[in-house]
Amino acid sequence: MKHKQKVHEPLFHVSKNDAMPVGKALGIRAAAVVVALIIVGILSVVLIKENPFEIYKALFTGAFVDVWTLLQNIALLLMFGLAVIPPFRMKYWNMGANGQVLVGCLAAIACMKFLPAYFPDMSDALIIVLMIAASLLASVIWSVIPAFFKAYFNTNETLFTLMMNYIAIAVVDCFVFNWDKSGSGNIGLVNLLTRKAWFPDLGNKYVLSIIVAVVLTLIMIVYMRYTKHGFEVALVGESVNTAKYVGINVKKVIIRTLVFSGIICGILGALYAGSISHTVNTAVGGQGFTAILVAWLAGFDPLAMVFTSFFVVFLNSGAEHVSVVFQLNSNDYANIVVGIIFFCIIGCEFFIRYRIQLNKGRKEQN
Amino acid sequence: MEKEIALELRNITKRFGSKVVANKNVNLTVYKNEILSLLGENGSGKTTLMNMISGIYFPDEGEILVNGEPAVIASPKDAYNYKIGMIHQHFKLVETFSAAENIILGNGEPYKLKNVNSRVREIASKYGFDIDPGKKIHEMSVSEKQTVEIIKALYRGADILILDEPTAVLTPQEIEKLFGVLRRMKEDGKAVIIITHKLNEVLEISDRVAILRKGEYIGTVETAETDEKQLTEMMVGKKVDLKIERVKIEKKKPLLEIRDLTVKSDAGNIAINNVSFYIRGGEILGVAGIAGCGQKELCEAIAGLRRPESGHIMHKGESIVGLPAREIIKKGISMSFIPEDRLGMGLAPSFSMTDNMMLKTYNEGITPFVNRKSARQRAAALIEKLGIVTPSTETPVRRLSGGNVQKILVGREIESGPNVIVTAYPVRGLDINSSYTIYDILNEQKKKDVGILFVGEDLDVMLALCDKIMVLCHGEVMGVVHASKTTKEELGLMMTGSLDLKQEKEYGKAKDSNLTDEQWNEADENSEEKEGEQ
Repeated sequence: MKHKQKVHEPLFHVSKNDAMPVGKALGIRAAAVVVALIIVGILSVVLIKENPFEIYKALFTGAFVDVWTLLQNIALLLMFGLAVIPPFRMKYWNMGANGQVLVGCLAAIACMKFLPAYFPDMSDALIIVLMIAASLLASVIWSVIPAFFKAYFNTNETLFTLMMNYIAIAVVDCFVFNWDKSGSGNIGLVNLLTRKAWFPDLGNKYVLSIIVAVVLTLIMIVYMRYTKHGFEVALVGESVNTAKYVGINVKKVIIRTLVFSGIICGILGALYAGSISHTVNTAVGGQGFTAILVAWLAGFDPLAMVFTSFFVVFLNSGAEHVSVVFQLNSNDYANIVVGIIFFCIIGCEFFIRYRIQLNKGRKEQN
Repeated sequence: MEKEIALELRNITKRFGSKVVANKNVNLTVYKNEILSLLGENGSGKTTLMNMISGIYFPDEGEILVNGEPAVIASPKDAYNYKIGMIHQHFKLVETFSAAENIILGNGEPYKLKNVNSRVREIASKYGFDIDPGKKIHEMSVSEKQTVEIIKALYRGADILILDEPTAVLTPQEIEKLFGVLRRMKEDGKAVIIITHKLNEVLEISDRVAILRKGEYIGTVETAETDEKQLTEMMVGKKVDLKIERVKIEKKKPLLEIRDLTVKSDAGNIAINNVSFYIRGGEILGVAGIAGCGQKELCEAIAGLRRPESGHIMHKGESIVGLPAREIIKKGISMSFIPEDRLGMGLAPSFSMTDNMMLKTYNEGITPFVNRKSARQRAAALIEKLGIVTPSTETPVRRLSGGNVQKILVGREIESGPNVIVTAYPVRGLDINSSYTIYDILNEQKKKDVGILFVGEDLDVMLALCDKIMVLCHGEVMGVVHASKTTKEELGLMMTGSLDLKQEKEYGKAKDSNLTDEQWNEADENSEEKEGEQ
């Protein structure tokens, strides 16, 4: 025989594992964290020559240095995530949350800056209402333009929404340089002295965004799970053919869903203008891409996203804290740590979904 | 004469994931100079087993012997080295290449068209194929493509040939021709394994039959010593009544009348060309035709998913052309189409059974919320009624077996109380028991005066189940024949367009139409006006 029996028998093979018990899956995830921490520990010793346990401590306590900031950061990331969940469920890959929030914020700031100047008698409440309305309108327009082209001309929404971000940045720059004649590219805090049309404080400046995030999350849970609209969104994402077959107007669903997503971005934009930043510049918001990560980790489930948002914010603040505590000049080491932990946690999903079996010893059995 | 063993499988086991055992301790021997049928219901592991021989999968346990020597087949290339060739159910050909180019593709030999052509012709004449080596694949019919696949295997010197359901896509005449080829291969000393689930073909072509059931090897019998009954029993594991009943009921008025209908395909070609026919209440009208000759477009036009170019679709005397799909559903016209992948249209695979139950009804009621509770009850009732095997009503349907998935689809459509059922390939890929459940359901609906359009594949089934059979060829009607008065051969000739039974001009127009001639004329004028506007 020309072909001897020693030919490449595969060493292992991979097969799908549909139903792993929840406990075992959690165990694998826990193991992934342990592996990640061990790698971080080794790197700590090698790279910055610090005691790994001190690093762990800094990593875990970092997030809790300032609990209100932690909560607000979670709330903001969560709201960005809520804006991308409905389109993502529909398999409409919306990369444009950053731009949508930014134009909303710009519109709200414009109202905040100029309405009191032109209408000195206008009440704060009315201005705030107009700010929110303007922000919603701007965000919805930004979000619906790509949706319209997707629905009617089947354009690629990923590229389209991504490009809309850059347009939004350019538009904001354009306004900011016009408003601020000094050329510093910074309009400063709007109405800093008068606090005109700043959103109410409710105890401290963090509470409002936290409350809004909680309300929006609850609405989103109900919307996605129990409403006809949510059902249609899921069905369009599952199979456009089946959706058409049961009589759903797919174009309408795409546009309606992106209006909804735009509304959330608009609310977020208004919050940035009235409650968080009180200014607009190209760096406002900017959580749109992290939100995609968070939404994906949560399997596009709003409730699970509360936890993934916490996890991501927790890690980032922990890593920053590490940089501060150990007086590292840059965030590079912190980023490495976050990267390693993410890699292990996302990578372990492979071992949850698939099984790996070695073919070794197969021959001996027979 | 001492028979020489070509291929031997010993204790082959293959698992997918932790629970699915596709093959369990399968033993199989194939001799030279013979045709072996591999028989089994869907999901019994026939294709998996053959894929292990042809190097697509690798067995978890057991060994394969080729010509008496242990063989390790880890890739299709290894399989060719062992002179094993497989002709898959779905052809693996490059559409824009010619037959000759496809045949030598991946073979590693220099492309010398003259040599290739002459060798291809040599093989073709030896076994009785018709082939034009220069013809492009996309210009070929299904049977020509199959020929290319077979020659590709032979060109590479295959001595063991595996054919996975080769007859499913062929007309009766083409099947005869293929069988002739297989017999000549056998005489030439080759070992041929043919996978099929059509019993009459098994009995006609094979020397021995090996039977698999639920992944397990049941046994091998000599074809000469067996009959359909015994084979079915071995395959299913219990006695099955193989008779399909044709319920006789009184003639009703036409429910759905289609006249001069022309529909284009996605590619913009004419898929349905000037077709006229009608379905009466309490009647099953079969639609026969080679795959892709307009069945899909016809179904979609009726369901309102595809706008016809011209012509009428009248439901109880009212035109439904141009109505939104949802309105057509409300009129009681149910369409279910089982595509090749079996999940493409009509069901949402990752949705639970409950959610799938309410696909067409979720929009009812004025609240903004869906009513999952009633859908869950309906799902539970359907599980009970049709014996659907599922862990719960909340399990995603893609986790269920094909038979259960199709029961859910057909069950849901019938539960909505339709008066017209358009169903395409409802038993595609189903095992015998599930198929019979579906036929029973359709007959039950027929008794309730529902008009049924049954687009089918298996002519034997259509002859037994349908009242009349309409034959399509390239989007044109070749005639409508009474199932009790026609033969498979006649249908086969009509399918290929060699026989046209439309005698007169008025073909396919009911004499007792719901509309008078004047009304039809008026409808004609209306639609012409509309076209003028466009």
